[in-house]
Amino acid sequence: MNVVLEQIFQVGFLAAIIRIATPLAFATLGEMFSERAGVLNLGIEGIMLLSAMTGFTATSLSGSLWLGVLAAVVTGALMGAVHALFTVALGLSQHVCGIGVTLFSSGLAYFLYRLIFGQQSVPPSIKSFETLPIPVLSDIPVLGPAVFNQFSLVYMAMAAVPLAALVLYRTPWGLSVRMVGENPRAADSAGVSVIATRFQAVILGGALMGLAGAFLSMVQFNAFTFGLVSGRGWVAIALVVFGRWDPWRSAGAALLFAFVDALQLRMQASGLGHIPYEAFLMLPFIFTIVAMAVMSRNAVAPSALLKPFRREER
Amino acid sequence: MPTPDPLIEMRGITKSFGAVKANEAVDLSVAPGEILGLLGENGAGKTTLMNVLFGAYAPDAGEILVQGRPVTINSSADALAAGIGMVHQHFHLAPRLSVLENLLIGIPGKSGRIDRAGGLARLNEIGRQHGLTLDPDLPVSALSVGEQQRLEIVKALFRGARLLILDEPTAVLAPTEVDGLFSALRSMAAQGLGIIFISHKLNEVRALTHRCVVLRHGRVAGRVDAPASTTSSEMARLMCGHEIVPPARGPSTPGAAMLTLAGISTSRHSGMALRDVSLSVRAGEILGIAGVSGNGQRALAEVISGVRVPHAGQMTIAGKIVSRFSPREVQALGLGRIPEDRMTTGLVTNLPLADSMVLPRIGTDAFSRNGLLRPDAIRAFAEAQIKAYDIRCPGPMTRAGALSGGNLQKALLARELAFDPKVLIVSQPTRGLDIGAARFIHEKFLDMRARGCGIVVIGEDLEELLMLCDRIAVMYEGRIVGTLDSADATIAQLGLMMTGAEGTG
Ligand SMILES: Nc1ncnc2c1ncn2[C@@H]1O[C@H](COP(=O)(O)OP(=O)(O)OP(=O)(O)O)[C@@H](O)[C@H]1O
Ligand SMILES: [Mg+2]
Repeated sequence: MNVVLEQIFQVGFLAAIIRIATPLAFATLGEMFSERAGVLNLGIEGIMLLSAMTGFTATSLSGSLWLGVLAAVVTGALMGAVHALFTVALGLSQHVCGIGVTLFSSGLAYFLYRLIFGQQSVPPSIKSFETLPIPVLSDIPVLGPAVFNQFSLVYMAMAAVPLAALVLYRTPWGLSVRMVGENPRAADSAGVSVIATRFQAVILGGALMGLAGAFLSMVQFNAFTFGLVSGRGWVAIALVVFGRWDPWRSAGAALLFAFVDALQLRMQASGLGHIPYEAFLMLPFIFTIVAMAVMSRNAVAPSALLKPFRREER
Repeated sequence: MPTPDPLIEMRGITKSFGAVKANEAVDLSVAPGEILGLLGENGAGKTTLMNVLFGAYAPDAGEILVQGRPVTINSSADALAAGIGMVHQHFHLAPRLSVLENLLIGIPGKSGRIDRAGGLARLNEIGRQHGLTLDPDLPVSALSVGEQQRLEIVKALFRGARLLILDEPTAVLAPTEVDGLFSALRSMAAQGLGIIFISHKLNEVRALTHRCVVLRHGRVAGRVDAPASTTSSEMARLMCGHEIVPPARGPSTPGAAMLTLAGISTSRHSGMALRDVSLSVRAGEILGIAGVSGNGQRALAEVISGVRVPHAGQMTIAGKIVSRFSPREVQALGLGRIPEDRMTTGLVTNLPLADSMVLPRIGTDAFSRNGLLRPDAIRAFAEAQIKAYDIRCPGPMTRAGALSGGNLQKALLARELAFDPKVLIVSQPTRGLDIGAARFIHEKFLDMRARGCGIVVIGEDLEELLMLCDRIAVMYEGRIVGTLDSADATIAQLGLMMTGAEGTG
């Protein structure tokens, strides 16, 4: 046990938490914006995969990392728009459409990847982002190198949390988002377009999911593999509930999950006893389920979540 | 007083929902400073017409003129821009957001941020002008219904409304709150605002409005130019097309006690708790429970219907002691119940009407056998009730939520009365119903009374209680502060007791 405790306060361990948390934070914030507006986006898993693919491809073809990030964001936003088209404009079932978007995006990602790269024995990879130490701050012992010697996408995730809170709670648009998620009729009668606001929130959410995908293929793995996302999208959906649809809490939930995941990785590596490594792999997911069960008892979802808005219906 | 130049004019408005013609060639105008009453039976098309004016529904035909100029109103945003504000029958508020947030929705911010200071200043200003004060930082869920309505009015004024539409604003208010609303409305009219006021309570309409338009089956059935000097029964005839005779309550011959409560107290679980409540209702008697809502009426209804278990006291139904307080037990003892909120606790709005109508007795042999439902029996029962109570709907398989308020209430009544209850408890039995439907319900209660049922009516409308009940008990802060014989009770006296003054009964 001592071994484990010692490792917790290592630079590498802290840095690992941050790195695992980053894509989760993007994805969770993305899902949160969508759900705050009343739209569950189960397309998240597929949107992350497809964005990871387009981001990776754009970079590997152009050599520009930022072009890749842009491609991923645009992909995410587009798939968000597709989901919004079905669920917001046409008012179809959010569950069915979301799963449809995931299946379609995943399939499309595999297909395009094969089409572009063919079947190679050594999967193509790209030269990833370099870490970007922040002067002064990165010299703080332990915390500095772990938190302030990171990739620019990590800093973006850190900035995204307060920014999301600011947008959601302090801007007229954020108020509209919360209102259409609580009582769309109230927003409508106050002159706010429910359809437009929901579209915007779902598209913004998709763009954030795209960033999550970009981080996976362009920073974390430097390559695109079919198992790249492996459930992180679903985890994000749980984290939104865990975070009670609040940016700060959601980010906190992502960090907590990342902590358990990083711990699990360390425990695997330290070869604790003869426990099969799959047991450790389960840990973060068991944690999520337990945390959800405890927290979601008094979590209140946006009242209009899952409910399509049709003006002339009563 | 009204000036001749209309603020808003609607011409030839027609709107259908499928086969239902909700509005047909309706003309209507409002002048600045004028309070226009809009009357009509349930389903006459009042709300639909106002939704057309407010841009929520697109009319099939007709035009709208604002200060003489034709405008197209395709959305609420257009309506607001044209200076039209609306307070809906069911409020359009987000309960979990604050008063100020509900107010500022859709208002452009200042340098990208929500303009909190500006919002507060306007809120205070409007509050001072018309006596409509509100705490800006409370969540809407913490407001009373009257305060929520105030917020809706302030919201409309905040957006610069010059015409304010109020759809049955008084249906949800206590009598004292109605006075406050009326003085605010008069103050707005005095400043040149036009107001459209919808209500089923004709004495309110006569007291407040300058002119009335009466709708029947979607068409204008008549206009009243001097409501104050027109009698309620004349207005009622315009609305329904025939005379409405108030039912006469004959002398009662009360029998044995059907329902008794002795020293009932509840814990303060949600809302006001009951404190040492004792009452009794005899066969062939109607007992009214008066009081400003939120003074324990809900807890009382819940205890009597077996939904809530009291922690002290004893209750009997038809002479038998209620031991376990479950809905099933009190039903078996002969209790029938019509809850306050027809939509949420009364009927299952997404199920066919027939299913909802047998729900409390779904397990009895009449409707299920060997654990399986008997759809034919359920349907036949519903069909018979629909006929007997003249419930207007396409058929027993209609979604209950699609029925109008009056018809929903009739369905609930039919469901309870079909099983000949010994005791009936009803809350706000005619809230939102037109006078014809209300009369019908009153007659049914009096029938039940004549047949020896003991009836408890919880309500806020004192006139209705005085007309219907043999005795009236007044609740205040979870207690019964007094019980009066309705023969010698007056509205003033009851009103005073509702504010906590001790009664003399
Ligand atoms: N959104 C809708 N979809 C279908 N039918 C509707 C809709 N709104 C109203 N109707 C129908 O149109 C008619 C007029 O309804 P409306 O709500 O305007 O009546 P109202 O005069 O406001 O009645 P109440 O006094 O009960 O409020 C009714 O037959 C109603 O069933
Ligand atoms: Mg109406």
